[in-house]
Amino acid sequence: MQSHKYLENFLRTLGKPLVIFIYRLGELSEFIAKALYHSITPPFYPKLLLKQIINIGFYSLPVVALTTIFAGMVIALQTNAGFSSYGAESAIAQVVLISVTRELAPAFAGLMVAGRIGAAMAAEIGTMRVTEQIDALSTLSTNPFKYLVAPRLWAGVIVLPLLVLIGDIIGIFGGYLVAVYQLNFNPANYIKTTVNELQAIDVYTGIIKAAVFGFVIALMGCYNGYKSKGGAQGVGEATTNAVVASSIIILIFNYIITDLIFTN
Amino acid sequence: MDELVDKITVRNLHKSFGRKKVLNGVDLTVKKGESLVVIGGSGTGKSVLIKCIQGLITPDRGSIKIDGYETVGKSYKDNEKLYATMGMLFQGGALFDSLSVWENVAFGLIENQKMPRKLAKEKAIEVLRQVGLGADVADLSPSELSGGMQKRVGLARAIATRPEIIFFDEPTTGLDPIMADVINDLIIDSVKKLGASALTITHDMASAKKIADRIAMLYQGKIIWQGTVSELKTTNNPCVCQFVNGQATGPIKVEI
Ligand SMILES: Nc1ncnc2c1ncn2[C@@H]1O[C@H](COP(=O)(O)OP(=O)(O)OP(=O)(O)O)[C@@H](O)[C@H]1O
Ligand SMILES: [Mg+2]
Repeated sequence: MQSHKYLENFLRTLGKPLVIFIYRLGELSEFIAKALYHSITPPFYPKLLLKQIINIGFYSLPVVALTTIFAGMVIALQTNAGFSSYGAESAIAQVVLISVTRELAPAFAGLMVAGRIGAAMAAEIGTMRVTEQIDALSTLSTNPFKYLVAPRLWAGVIVLPLLVLIGDIIGIFGGYLVAVYQLNFNPANYIKTTVNELQAIDVYTGIIKAAVFGFVIALMGCYNGYKSKGGAQGVGEATTNAVVASSIIILIFNYIITDLIFTN
Repeated sequence: MDELVDKITVRNLHKSFGRKKVLNGVDLTVKKGESLVVIGGSGTGKSVLIKCIQGLITPDRGSIKIDGYETVGKSYKDNEKLYATMGMLFQGGALFDSLSVWENVAFGLIENQKMPRKLAKEKAIEVLRQVGLGADVADLSPSELSGGMQKRVGLARAIATRPEIIFFDEPTTGLDPIMADVINDLIIDSVKKLGASALTITHDMASAKKIADRIAMLYQGKIIWQGTVSELKTTNNPCVCQFVNGQATGPIKVEI
């Protein structure tokens, strides 16, 4: 009888978090399904989409530029240190090209935008939730998913690839700066190697990753904001959760997408 | 004859959040053109009740009929047309802080009735004037207004689409007595002008007596008393007396 009680307690402590986890998973799936449905059915709000694109894209440019240029620069340094001076010249351009386009530009842009935009989205929508503005939208016959969520999701999917393209160029330029001005390699050779080695699949990989990351960031921002409750503290939690969740998912998906495309 | 038609009929409405029973069999009727006021203590579920009627919260069971049409158990989309005939003044205002004052007021006109922006702005300014606000506030942001002005903008937004049913959730809470009375007059005025049915929630007995055709009291998840304002003055229902007179002792126990 006694052991029966222990077992019950054990299952109970194990069960509660599990139940909560499964509940959250169900809630998230429902949110995703609704978000997707409302993103592809009218009415659309092009003005709100444009506003989000400018918000995410334009204002994220400086941080994306800054992170990718230093990423390109540090990769150039490391490659030079790793290869003996013999062979480094052609290796640098190639390593910078591949690591920036495939990995670094999408990951850095994703993480930077998650911090800036994911947090802002969660805070804005969370505030709208706890101040009943989302209910107010409904009472004015406007679907909050179409009005708030859809423009943000689309903006994320559209803008992140553009940011990554720009990040690619700036990152490669960073590598060039180090190779030419610090390591004194021949600029013409560097450019020639870069152009010769440039492959569509490298750029595509980065773009696909970026689109997925953009979706994840907007989704996590909207979801956490939408479900937040309990005043300012709830909004604060939603903001933190949005950034942490999207950062983790970005890193995991980054691995999975690389694995899918390059492991064969 | 018109006065006898039921606009909203709520029957045996139940709603719980987790283990907490909030509504426990509410029965309530609002007739066409009538102004009903629901009174009751904090946290008794008054806001939950009107959110159920507007489809913002799904009740556990019971029936809500609008114009005789059952809304419970249908999807939000099925009821959308009915909900579009309703307007709501939220307890906290719930003005969109990303939009200007006039865009708030004109929101339903632009997004729902597809009115051109220019015309909608003129309309919005007209409605703002009705609630005693000048055209100079139209381009301000809601956060630049005082609490009383925000209430008025919320009122303007609620009536701008000329709804058939209007909900007022604590319209006078947090206002000075004079401003509260101004809002009362505005409510009476706008409801009469629109010929709308109104359901108001309040703790403010002066306001309740002024704007109500009928008053109902919500207590422990049920409507325990309803009647006209003059009946309210003569009732000997102990709960109602305690609430109306604001006494700490009586059948209603406050959990501290
Ligand atoms: N979305 C929700 N989730 C969980 N509990 C809720 C929710 N909405 C309301 N409640 C609970 O239901 C109860 C009734 O809330 P409601 O807002 O209807 O009270 P009220 O009568 O309007 O009070 P007040 O006069 O203070 O506004 C409260 O205990 C509240 O905690
Ligand atoms: Mg309330």
